[in-house]
Amino acid sequence: MAYSEKVIEHFKNPKNVGTLDKSKKNVGTGLVGAPECGDVMRLQIEVSDEGKIMDAKFKTFGCGSAIASSSLATEWLKGKTLDEAESIDNMDIVEELALPPVKIHCSVLAEDAIKSAIEDYKNKQA
Amino acid sequence: MGYIRELNLKAILAIETMTNKKIIYLDNNSTTPCDPRVVEAMLPYFHNMPGNAASRNHPFGWQAEEAVDYAREQIADLISVDPREIIFTSGATEADNLAIKGVFEMYARKGNHIITAKTEHKAVLDSCKKIEKMGGEVTYLDVDASGRVNLQDLENAITDKTILVSLMWANNETGVIQDMKAIGDICEKHGVLFMSDATQAVGKIPVNPKEVGVHLMAFTAHKMYGPKGVGALSDSRKSPRVKVTAQLDGGGHERGMRSGTLNVPGIVGMGKAAEIAKKEMVADAARLSVLRDKLEKAFLDTVEEVYVNGSTEHRMPHVTNISFKHVEGEGLMMTFNQNIAVSSGSACTSASLEPSYVLIALGLGDDLAHSSLRLSLGRFTTDEEIEMAISSISEGVKHMRDLSPIWEMYKEGVDLDSVVWQEH
Repeated sequence: MAYSEKVIEHFKNPKNVGTLDKSKKNVGTGLVGAPECGDVMRLQIEVSDEGKIMDAKFKTFGCGSAIASSSLATEWLKGKTLDEAESIDNMDIVEELALPPVKIHCSVLAEDAIKSAIEDYKNKQA
Repeated sequence: MGYIRELNLKAILAIETMTNKKIIYLDNNSTTPCDPRVVEAMLPYFHNMPGNAASRNHPFGWQAEEAVDYAREQIADLISVDPREIIFTSGATEADNLAIKGVFEMYARKGNHIITAKTEHKAVLDSCKKIEKMGGEVTYLDVDASGRVNLQDLENAITDKTILVSLMWANNETGVIQDMKAIGDICEKHGVLFMSDATQAVGKIPVNPKEVGVHLMAFTAHKMYGPKGVGALSDSRKSPRVKVTAQLDGGGHERGMRSGTLNVPGIVGMGKAAEIAKKEMVADAARLSVLRDKLEKAFLDTVEEVYVNGSTEHRMPHVTNISFKHVEGEGLMMTFNQNIAVSSGSACTSASLEPSYVLIALGLGDDLAHSSLRLSLGRFTTDEEIEMAISSISEGVKHMRDLSPIWEMYKEGVDLDSVVWQEH
């Protein structure tokens, strides 16, 4: 199985690796997957008062495709509104990274991570 | 109009130009490169001496037959059996199939129960599943954390319907070696045939089936620096005489037990590989054991949270199966796979998306299975390559841990077992 160039690029030079302060009210944290499954993604967003995502960071335990999917997700999230972020579909990730069928679940987990982070943020505002 | 796929040379060339150096090969348990001496021995049999060994009536046939007979002796000599006890096959998978299905059919009147272990190669496990569909009963023994079968469990599992015990000599993922003599004694005591998939052991460590009571033994050329596509089943012909029902019919080759034109060049190669192994395997093993220990020790000493899987006392000298906690195996391999070739027990590397069943059977837990690498050294592995492997893999682990949220959580003192994971 050869990886697509984009996957390799995201893997070797992942974007936005890191940690945001989860105690801040405008930070939403999504933690999805499980160590027993071989895939854990933590995706965090920092949202401005106007409801735009100012910053996004991730860390992933998983294969190259999982890391690339979550790295790509953080790239896409920056500058988007929450509604725009909600509409990111896993198949967009599959297409962008040219993921083979056996790796589609990595993109699904990334979509879950995005939604989980947004939900966490919204819960904190309530 | 013929459609022949164009060789994807572009991808292959890309690998070569990306690095000016050769890729370090540490995946010898998957396959071994042919020894150049083996290739040399095989070449004449492709064009200059191309006869079919079954052609009785002309020199081409006689030449081929002579070459096969000679190879049979070389191979028999390696494992201390009679040359007439060698049945050539297309590889170990076929030999495993022939042994298990062949015994099941031949000894049907005696019984229908086979005992094996959960850590066997798929060639054995899937053959056993087929046996179950054909009305047989199979017991799949557990192994302990060291990877060895419990001898009492084995003895308890034997019934008056048991016709075969099938246990591999050395495991392909962990390198763990079973207590063959003790198992052989139990089988002898109860009058049960003992078959062993010895693919990972033959040609690498001294293997003598008769000494331990193994009646049927499967092995292949391509794990001992011979070509792919040729293997053998050794089959005891005296005390006891063991027969197997042929699984391939058509011409009655190999004394009626395996029909099909013999792969003469392949067999010649296998013979040469066996001859070289007989002379060099002990020295190879000693040298590789030192390199393997150096590799393992480097990780254990300099990297945190590293675990060696399977018995370190009873295992092949050139294999180490290691887990790097909180780092996923396929991702880790990707950090260095342009320079180093290894294998992993991670689910991400299997088509079924299941983690290594062998490591699970050792009681590892899925997360350590996902984090495992199998490094298997070989005759052509050098000291320098080991140095480079240590540094590349250690760097890879660091890169992956910098990316890993569970490594961060572990470092912060979070008890990962108490976290409620949001699985999908």
